[in-house]
Amino acid sequence: MELKDFIQKFAEQFEETAIELFKAETVFKNLPEWSSLTALSIIAMVDEEMEKRVTGADIRNSATIEDLYQLVLSK
Amino acid sequence: MYNPFSLEGKTILVTGASSGIGKATAIECSKMGARVIITGRNEIRLQETYNNLEKADHLMIVSDLSDDIGIKNIISQLPVLDGVVHCAGITNNLPFQFASREKLDEIMIVNFYAPVEITRQAIKTKKINKNSSIVFISSISGVFTSSVALSIYSASKGALNGLIKGLALDMAIKGIRVNSVNPGVVETNIFHSGVITDDQLEVEKKRYPLKRFGQPEEIAFAAIYLLSDASKWVTGTNLLIDGGFTLQ
Repeated sequence: MELKDFIQKFAEQFEETAIELFKAETVFKNLPEWSSLTALSIIAMVDEEMEKRVTGADIRNSATIEDLYQLVLSK
Repeated sequence: MYNPFSLEGKTILVTGASSGIGKATAIECSKMGARVIITGRNEIRLQETYNNLEKADHLMIVSDLSDDIGIKNIISQLPVLDGVVHCAGITNNLPFQFASREKLDEIMIVNFYAPVEITRQAIKTKKINKNSSIVFISSISGVFTSSVALSIYSASKGALNGLIKGLALDMAIKGIRVNSVNPGVVETNIFHSGVITDDQLEVEKKRYPLKRFGQPEEIAFAAIYLLSDASKWVTGTNLLIDGGFTLQ
């Protein structure tokens, strides 16, 4: 999956955050809508779309969307 | 010594005995005098449980309950039982929109279909004595409450709850009692996949009035009560053990 597709799938897990706020360098945990449920959705999305297992710690250790993308690719 | 909770002379099957609640239940049942038949998928961990059983003459069956062959393998080796504790279970913290049929099947096979089928085949092949006790380790989730991203796990435990009621009625004529233990979060490795972080578990722990999660032995003691003659008039019930969680 390309980075831009990953960003789109990432954005789809949110309900209210404007789509243009999602960029490679977005520090996602600073988004007001970010919650533990969003984190679970991201983990489930990565499993479903990329068949890779990420953990809650992986999410915590990633600052930007691209950080997480690169981490998933490295798995 | 007077002990209405004794399991002396009883043969008890414990599934999921390689870890967590199943492991504790097997060990505690053996300490109460039972002969224990333990099953689990992981031979090394199951052997560790076996080595911790008190006294001798127990039996261990390495088997995967998620397919018919594994279930047949267990049934074929079973002696006649006086009790069963269904402990094998999995969870998946999955927001509902990701709960595909595949993910639902994964959970239902282990948490629901396997214990149903083992029970059915054991009864049909007369491997369960009259006046026996069947215990399902259920949950607070799906019966008393649920949590975010636990819909399909809750569904599997809710399904068990319905089964228990009907099964208790069907088995009453044989004097076989059917009950569940419904724990809140217990300290086991069920969260080992890391989807839920340790920090999140710490926050969850504080939501319990008794300010901690349960210990596996504390659930095993409830199973012992339901297996023993102390609960001879108890059938079709859900024994809630949750450190006060569902009071709130």
